[in-house]
This record gives sequence, C-alpha cells and structure tokens, in this order.
Amino acid sequence: MKPPPFEYVAASSAADAVEALRRHGDDAKVLAGGQSLIPMLALRLARPAALVDINGCGDLEGMAESRGVLTVNALVRQRALERWARERAPLLAEALRWVAHPPIRNRGTVVGSVVHADPASELPALLLCLDGEVVARRRGGERVISADQLYVAPLTTSLESDELATAVRFTLPPAGAGWGFAEVTRRHGDFALVGCAAVLALDGAGAVSHARLGFFGVGGTPVRSGLGEAALLGQKATAARLGEAVKAAAAALRPDGDLHATSEYRSSVAATLAERVLTAALERCGKTA
Amino acid sequence: MKRAIRVTVNGVSHARDADVRSTLADFVREDLDLTGTHVGCEHGVCGACTVLLDGEPVRACLMLAVQADGRAITTIEGIAPGDGLHPVQEAFWAKHGLQCGYCTPGIIVSACAFLEEHPAPTHEEIREMLAGHLCRCTGYHFIVEAIAEAARTMAGGGKA
Repeated sequence: MKPPPFEYVAASSAADAVEALRRHGDDAKVLAGGQSLIPMLALRLARPAALVDINGCGDLEGMAESRGVLTVNALVRQRALERWARERAPLLAEALRWVAHPPIRNRGTVVGSVVHADPASELPALLLCLDGEVVARRRGGERVISADQLYVAPLTTSLESDELATAVRFTLPPAGAGWGFAEVTRRHGDFALVGCAAVLALDGAGAVSHARLGFFGVGGTPVRSGLGEAALLGQKATAARLGEAVKAAAAALRPDGDLHATSEYRSSVAATLAERVLTAALERCGKTA
Repeated sequence: MKRAIRVTVNGVSHARDADVRSTLADFVREDLDLTGTHVGCEHGVCGACTVLLDGEPVRACLMLAVQADGRAITTIEGIAPGDGLHPVQEAFWAKHGLQCGYCTPGIIVSACAFLEEHPAPTHEEIREMLAGHLCRCTGYHFIVEAIAEAARTMAGGGKA
C-alpha cells in the first residue's frame, strides 16, 4: 500500500508551515508524527494534495513548565512527554502508557494526538481534565482554543484548515491533588472501548476543592462530566458521595454502540471505571505522587 | 516526485533519490535490498516492520523515506555484531521463539531496544511490549520466554 500522490513540502519553521497551509488551503495536511495520518493515506481514507512536513521546524521543538502550566510544542513525541511526566505529572505518564505502543509513541506527537481528535484516544480527554488549550497559528496571527471549545465531532476540531497547532498547554493539577486513570481495551495499546480520568483535591477541612472527571470512548468527542464534578465540589469525599457523583456522571453519558461494544456495555463500564478512578484519586490526595 | 536523501543504515551511508510516496519500509527493502525488514499490515498495527531510528524503535511503514534524511537506521540486518547472532536472536533460537518467522525481525528489533530500557523485565512488562507485535503462529509464550532468557544472558547470568 502506498499513499496516493501528494506534493511534499518540507517546512523549515512554523512560519514556513503556515504559509504552505495558506497556499494549499483545504487540500493540505500537516505531517508531524504521522502515526494516524500515514495509515489514513495508506488506506486511502485521506487524499490530501499536499503534505506539509513540520519535522524540520526547529521552533516547534521542546516543552517547558512555568507556574503550573506545561507547554508542549508540536514536535514533542509522546514518549518524551511520558518520560518527563513520570516524576512530575504521573496522570499524564499513566495515560500515555496506554497510547498505542512504544514504537508508535516514539514518533507520534502529543499535539498531533490532541488535534487528531479520535474520540477513543487518551490525550484529548486529558486535555479536558487538565484545563488545557491549543495554540493555533495562521499567517498574521495566533489564537488560543480552550479544550472545551476544541472538539466538535469524531476527528473534527474547531481548528481552521489554514491553522497550525503549534503547541498544547496542560494546567498541572494543584499541589496535593490525587489522580486516577483507567481504561478498558481488548488488548493493551488498542483504542479504548471506554476510558476515564479524574483529578481531586481537598481543602483543609476535607471537602473537595478541585474536581475533574473525564471520559473517552463514550461518544463522538471526549466528555468532561460537569454533573459528576458538581456532585463532588464542596462536599466531604465519602464513598457514598463518590457514588453519587458516579451516578450523576454516568446518567448523562450517551455512548454509541458499535461492533466492539454495545451502548449499554459502555455505559456500565464507564460507571465502574469512574468509581475506580475517583477512589484512586481520593486515595492519592495529599500524597506527593 | 523524488527527493535526494542521505541516510545511514546499519552503519553504511547511502545517498539516494527517494520517491516521496515511499515509506521507510519500502525504501530499505526495495532501494537498499535489505529485505529482513518485513512488511505486514502496512498501517502500523502488526509491528513486523519495526526498525531503530537513531536507536529508538519505530514503525518503518509509518514514516516516509524522505523523513529519514540525515538519520541513522538500524534494521534486523544490523542487530547482530559481525557474523554471530545477537543474544536476543540466540535466545529466540534456543527457546523456539519463532515458527514462520514473519513477525520475528520486528519483534527482535523492538526487544533489543526494550531490554536496554528494561534490563530485568517482568513477564508482564514483556507482554506489554509484545502487545505491539502480532504473531499468528506461536501463541507468544515462547517469545516471552526467549526475551526473558535474553535479558538473563545480557545481564551476565547465563542460561536458565
């Protein structure tokens, strides 16, 4: 299998890449890690007239943390973030372990996965749970899209075709916050049938001061559960209270059924995973890891 | 559309005009005649085409050859030192870690990189790594044993 014919544009800087995107409009695709795009080309599911390869853009390398916000530029491979995150952001590290396999993560980029917007993939849900945003550049300007404004439909974001996602930003959980992450797959590295992530922090009196609960694999986009979070905020985090939050969150989900799993099965698994990740997050509250 | 590239494969530098549509897997097989890299699914699922890119395992079917310009590639042909076999290859032989052999080059290349990062892996870690490789013959048990055996040999512990 070979990709269909395309014009290959090797961009040498972000400015170079956005200029190429402007020139080709809807007919161009950005090639970063290529771990989703190249299979789509091989299977002829995508037929862009031009591929704008950003791998030579030195100004899109690197990541940095500043005041609790982690900025990951467009050429940072998933494996690089996974290694960085083991000590400093264990929720991200754990989620990345579930993203395909090391040979894929060595090439696949963090930004690429975030904007590819596969509803069953891990990083888009993490972007929601970590109050993330995407930096989008086009010729003559830059804008910031918050995670809750990014995901429109499966494989569809609010990025315009002449915009290049140059970076994503994650707000790391507050000090003392606990986290949980779980997913169900047929085999390790497959897309999730259902996945769930949570972050919880408690105030001095033991009430929930920060709550994030997100799901993936439950519909056309990743979902952050406002109802589940609202059931926790300001409340004592007892097992019964977590159960209430799980019930509220699960009742709002409308997962699709497909040949891998029925809608009912996904709903049931989502509730089970939510209970597990919230319990894990609570247990980790106040501990450094 | 062709593009001039220079790529070091198994220590040998090659200058070629690569078709921009060529994957790295097709390039090493067809342009460089290194047919040890096997091509299975051609969309990143089976792991048969795994090679090392600057020492790290990647799917050769998910990279364009032109993207390897200026990089160093190691294929299965470059894993063994000289004429002998690499300890991972020895262990696959000793433990019957292959039957038809189609998936084997990719698994061995992956395993070499894996063992550098995990010199004393648990069976669970080996299985997680193997999840990225499809083998339709063995049922995986002997592959797990072969990689565990290779880890012991490479750690200097000899044969179990």
